[in-house]
Amino acid sequence: MDRRPQFKDPALAKALLTKIGMLAKDLPEVRIMEVCGTHTMEIGRLGLRQRLPDNIRLLSGPGCPVCVTPGEVIDSAVSYAQMPNHVLATFGDMIRVPGSGQSLEQVKANGAAIAIVASPLQLIKMAEERPETTIVFAAVGFETTIPAVARTIEIAAEKKLPNLKMLVAHRLLPPALSALCGDADTHISGFLLPGHVSAIIGEEVYRTIDELNVPGAITGFEALDILGGILSVLEMLINQTALIINMYPRVVRPEGNPHARALIHKFFTPIDAAWRGIGIIPQSGLALRDEFKAFDAPVLTQGSSTLPKGCSCGKVLKGLITPSGCSLFGSACTPQTPIGPCMVSSEGSCAAYYRYERINR
Amino acid sequence: MNDEPVRLLHGSGQGLQLLLNQVVLPSLHIHEKDGPLEDAALLTGLTGTLAFTTDSFVVNPLRFNGGDIGKLAACGTINDLAMMGAKPHALSVSLIIEEGLLFSDLKSFLNSLRQECETAGAAIVCGDTKVVDAGKGDGLYINTSGIGRVSTPYNLSAAHARPGDCVIVSGPIGQHGIAILAARQQLGFSSTVVSDCAALDKLALTLLEAVPETRVLRDATRGGCAAVLNEIADASNVTITLDQAAIPVQPGVAAACDYLGLDPLQVANEGRFVAVVPEASAGKALGALKRHPLGKDSALIGQVELRERFGLLIQTEIGGKRIVEMPSGLLLPRIC
Repeated sequence: MDRRPQFKDPALAKALLTKIGMLAKDLPEVRIMEVCGTHTMEIGRLGLRQRLPDNIRLLSGPGCPVCVTPGEVIDSAVSYAQMPNHVLATFGDMIRVPGSGQSLEQVKANGAAIAIVASPLQLIKMAEERPETTIVFAAVGFETTIPAVARTIEIAAEKKLPNLKMLVAHRLLPPALSALCGDADTHISGFLLPGHVSAIIGEEVYRTIDELNVPGAITGFEALDILGGILSVLEMLINQTALIINMYPRVVRPEGNPHARALIHKFFTPIDAAWRGIGIIPQSGLALRDEFKAFDAPVLTQGSSTLPKGCSCGKVLKGLITPSGCSLFGSACTPQTPIGPCMVSSEGSCAAYYRYERINR
Repeated sequence: MNDEPVRLLHGSGQGLQLLLNQVVLPSLHIHEKDGPLEDAALLTGLTGTLAFTTDSFVVNPLRFNGGDIGKLAACGTINDLAMMGAKPHALSVSLIIEEGLLFSDLKSFLNSLRQECETAGAAIVCGDTKVVDAGKGDGLYINTSGIGRVSTPYNLSAAHARPGDCVIVSGPIGQHGIAILAARQQLGFSSTVVSDCAALDKLALTLLEAVPETRVLRDATRGGCAAVLNEIADASNVTITLDQAAIPVQPGVAAACDYLGLDPLQVANEGRFVAVVPEASAGKALGALKRHPLGKDSALIGQVELRERFGLLIQTEIGGKRIVEMPSGLLLPRIC
């Protein structure tokens, strides 16, 4: 069934925008952060910022998994791709991301073996068909992606595939929310919480984050979902409540997806992890459990995570500045000449601004 | 010999004779009575302005829902001629065959190619056949060049859009790109989307006869409507603003684009054009297009305005305005 029209209905969107405008009159500056790259892109695609009152500001948080991946992971992926008898498999998003040296796209042109996959489950067939080749997967992504990677490892373990390895750079959302809220500089009034991640982790986990004391609306990805999420945050601000409200119940169950979480837990254990431009966030990354270390492709290089000169990715990811506030944006750093991953990842906030929003100067 | 593969020996000498006489020439309906194959075709009786174009086709896979590489190779060149107001007259067909391609497949691709040329009234007058080693090609590459006659001198150019003009698309967008992705079967989804691959010569002439003052006609192939409309905006030094709600997109294309994170405006078409016409002629243009089966879902999708900072903008479903970029990078490689 095609459900699109009812969530894109222009008349309903207009009614929601009117209501948002009325509520905004009773509020000071409101800073609402989305922490999902899909929200970032859809907000840009809709041209939503121009349609909101001036005192309602939407900030893009660290919601793009590629953008928060430290440079040493990119560099390791590039190194694996260049090793004899190795294939580096990745989602398409990673391919143009600059490391400290070359990007995967650049080394691919020089003959490095790189396969773009749409699902990690494709790795099983690749590993079976090419037993002499080590398939290394750049395992990047939040809770949405991790279950599919865990399932892939489960199948590889059952099939005893020795040539499938994971370069694990997964990140977890709740510790990042905790760090953002604990940062005195961010001044976030409320969150649009990510629909897809929430489908896995559920509602309740947000209520256990002590630092999260602002309104949060779990939000879907169509125009009306996003407007509804914003409206819900504004209503809570006016009522001076700070609840977590599920505005996406057609996908997100209160308990999330326990089966997917069990799968993650079976193979991975939380570790402190670096986020590009932000730094170490406690217990925000994952490592393979000891009994599955055979599937591990370790990070090969250390210490390449310093940002290029002038790159303000960290400030952008924390919502301290908008992408156009970075001195490199649109001049030195463009999708053709990216300096940071936020400019080339399909979910990066700089990419979204460059692609859709340079009109709003 | 249908189930046999083309081999390297079919690239020269007696092998080539066999390939030409038993497969290529019969499939293209070129007969012995047409005379011996010479080094070049002599075209007679052509006077006035001629249009000349060339295109190479490397689509992967060779067959997709709604067409194959042969149909694509004919339509692509026919359409390029038609977009300049030319009636297709003659085509060349060059084949680069990878060792291993089945004779039966080659026959069927060439049959599709010939049928499109016949329908468009274009003769296949010259060609070339090469065979390359297994692994050095991808089944089959085809190059076609075409010559067309311009009987009425329409004043068409990407640089002719003027503020106030209307932008029309000849049908629902994005079907070819999605049909190709579905045919690759790598993306974990199946789809009933049929490629829009079609020869547009008759539809284009229908429009031009009804609205000879048409300013711009471009087929929206690689890069989709976003690419051609950006090109038109830049060449004409204008800004084009589209209306999201007016753009025809089939539900299957819309759903696939949602799933894959693609913008239908950036997805390739092989049987759709965009036309820019003066505002006063828009109704007449749509009326003419809608009377033709290939244009029945044509729609007015935007307006030409004075140049702003960006060439192509869109009014979204919530009333916001955003940029529509020229697609960059390898969005969908090997689409045509």
